[in-house]
Amino acid sequence: MATGALSDRDLALKSVRLRKRTLEIIYHAGAGHTGGSLSCLDILNLLYNRILNVSPETFGEPTRDRYVQSKGHSVEALYAVLADCGFFPNSKLETLCHYQSPFVGHPTRKIPGIEMNTGALGHGLSISVGMALAGKMDGAPYRVFTLMGDGELAEGSNWEAAMAAAHYDLDNLTAIIDHNTLQITGPTRDVCSNEPLDEKWRAFGWTVATVNGHDFAALTEALSKPAEPGKPTCIIANTVKGRGVSFIENTTQWHHRVPTESEFQQAMRELDVAEAKLKEAAE
Amino acid sequence: MSAPAPSTFTPAAQAMAEKLGLKMGRANLDEFGATLMELAKADPNIVVVTSDSRGSGKLGSFGQALPKQLVEVGIAEQNLVGITAGLAAAGKKSFGVSPACFLTARSLEQIKNDVCYSDVPATLVGISAGVSYGALGSTHHSLHDLAALRAIPNITIVVPADNFEAREAVRAAAKSDHPFFIRFGKAPMCHLHKPDAKFAVGNALTLRDGDDVAFIGTGETAVHCLLAAAHLAERGLNCRVLSMHTVKPLDADAVLRCGRECRAVVTAEEHSVHGGLGEACASLLLQAGVNAPFRIVGIPDEDTVTGAQADIFRHYGISMDGLAATALALMKNA
Repeated sequence: MATGALSDRDLALKSVRLRKRTLEIIYHAGAGHTGGSLSCLDILNLLYNRILNVSPETFGEPTRDRYVQSKGHSVEALYAVLADCGFFPNSKLETLCHYQSPFVGHPTRKIPGIEMNTGALGHGLSISVGMALAGKMDGAPYRVFTLMGDGELAEGSNWEAAMAAAHYDLDNLTAIIDHNTLQITGPTRDVCSNEPLDEKWRAFGWTVATVNGHDFAALTEALSKPAEPGKPTCIIANTVKGRGVSFIENTTQWHHRVPTESEFQQAMRELDVAEAKLKEAAE
Repeated sequence: MSAPAPSTFTPAAQAMAEKLGLKMGRANLDEFGATLMELAKADPNIVVVTSDSRGSGKLGSFGQALPKQLVEVGIAEQNLVGITAGLAAAGKKSFGVSPACFLTARSLEQIKNDVCYSDVPATLVGISAGVSYGALGSTHHSLHDLAALRAIPNITIVVPADNFEAREAVRAAAKSDHPFFIRFGKAPMCHLHKPDAKFAVGNALTLRDGDDVAFIGTGETAVHCLLAAAHLAERGLNCRVLSMHTVKPLDADAVLRCGRECRAVVTAEEHSVHGGLGEACASLLLQAGVNAPFRIVGIPDEDTVTGAQADIFRHYGISMDGLAATALALMKNA
C-alpha cells in the first residue's frame, strides 16, 4: 500500500467501518470470533494500510512483505481488511462459513491475500521463521510479520521458533502479540500466566517494544522503526478484547459469541456514533 | 560380488539371495544423503532442515559442502516442520529431515496444517523408520506413520525398497509442487531392479511375475517378498512380487490385477497392520468386489517386541520363511 496515504484519523475512521463490517459478517454467518477480531483490528488495518509492502497487484511477487496470522481464529477482521484493500469483493464475505464457501472460519490460501493456512495455535511463528530465513538466503528485502494471541503463547512450539529466530539473526521478522489478556476460559493470568511477557521475549534474544495496540502513531513507530541488526522484533500490543463495542469489551463470553439481532443493532448504533464523532472531528 | 549377509537374512534366505544374484547396495539413508547433495549442488534453491539429525540423516557432508543450504533447528521437530513449510511457501524447495518416529508423531499437526493443508512443496524425510531403531524401544519405532499420513490429503507417501527407488523418490520429490513424505531405514539394501527399470510415483514395480500368490511389499520388506517367491518357486508355485514404493496414491490397477489374476494376495510392511499398505489394499479389493484370499503381514497391535530390525522382522514373519508359510497357509485354506 502507498506509505503514508492515510492519516491516523483516516485510519481511525476506517477502523470503525471495518469493525462494523466485521460484526456484520459474523452476524450474517452466525459464527465467528468476535472479541479477538475486534482486539486485533486496528493492528491489521494499520499493517495493510501503512506498513506492509503488499497489495492485490503485488501479492504474487517474491519480494512482497509476508503476513501470517497465527491467531487464525480472528480471521473475520482479516477478511474485512483484505476486502477493503481490494483483494476480493466485499460481497464475497456474505458466504462466510456457508456450505462450500472458501471463506471458512480460519485463514486459507484459497483466499487472495492469505499466505498460509492457519488456525491451530502455535504454528505461525515457525512458518514465519521459515519465510524470513528464505528471505535472508535470497537476499530479498521483504519483511515477515506474524500476529499471535497472548493465550496462544502457552503453545510450546512458539518458544522453539522464538529460539530459532534469534539464533538465525532474523531482523526481518516481527512478531506482534495481540495482548488482550483474555482467552476462552478467562483471564490468561488465571488460566496459565505467561507474564512477564517482555522479559521472556528479551531472554529469548528478541528486541521488545510494548505499545498501545489501538494507537496508530505508537504502532506505526514500533512497526516502522528499523530493526536492531541481527535481532527479531516482538511488539507486545496491549489491546482490549472486543474493542469498540461497550458490552463486548473485556468480556470472556464474547470470545466467540455471535450477537443477537438486538445486540447487533446496539453495536451498530454505538459504532455509528463513534463514526459520526470522528467525522465531526475531521471537519 | 555376491551379496554379503545383511543381518536381516537367515542363512537360508542368504543362500536364496545369492542364488538370485542379488547384489548388496548401501543403506537408503546413504543413498538419500548423496542424492540430495547432488541435487542441491545443481539447484541452490534446495534447502534441508535438520533437528540435530544431520548425522543420522547422512547429511554431515551436505552440511560441510553446502552450509548455506542447511538449516539446523536443534531438537525441535514441530519447529522443523513449520520452518520447512515456511521455506517452501517462500519459494524454497525444502526437505525437513528427522527420525520418522518423532517427525510424524510430535509434529503431526504441523504436517497436517502447515505442509499438507497449506499444500506447499515441502518434503518430509522420516529417517531410521519402522523398527530401524528396533532395540531402542517403542519411543523410537515409527509404526504409525503411514496410517497417520494416509489420512491426510495432499501428501504423497513413498517407501523405497532399494537404492534405485530411494534415489528416484528423492528426485521426484524435488520436482514436485506438493508435499511428499519419504521414509528410509538404516540397513544396507539389496539392489532389486534392472538398470532399465523405470520409476514413476504411484506405479508399482514388478519384481517377479506369476499368478499363484501375489506378494505386495513396500520398503524394507520387498526383498523378503522376493525371496519368499523364489522359495515357493522351488515348490512349483509361480508368485508375483510387487514393490509398492508409493503407498499413497496407491497403484490401484496393480493391486486389483493381483486380486483378480492371482489365487491369493499377501501384503508386507514394516508398519502396524492397522492403517498401512495392507489395509489400503484390503479396502481397495473389497470395495471393488475382489475377494481373493488375503493376509496382511506387518507389526501386530501389541507392545512391539524389541531387538535388531532383523530380529523383529523374523519375530513377526517378515522373512522369506515367514512370508512363504503365510502364503502356503492362505492357499491351503483358499
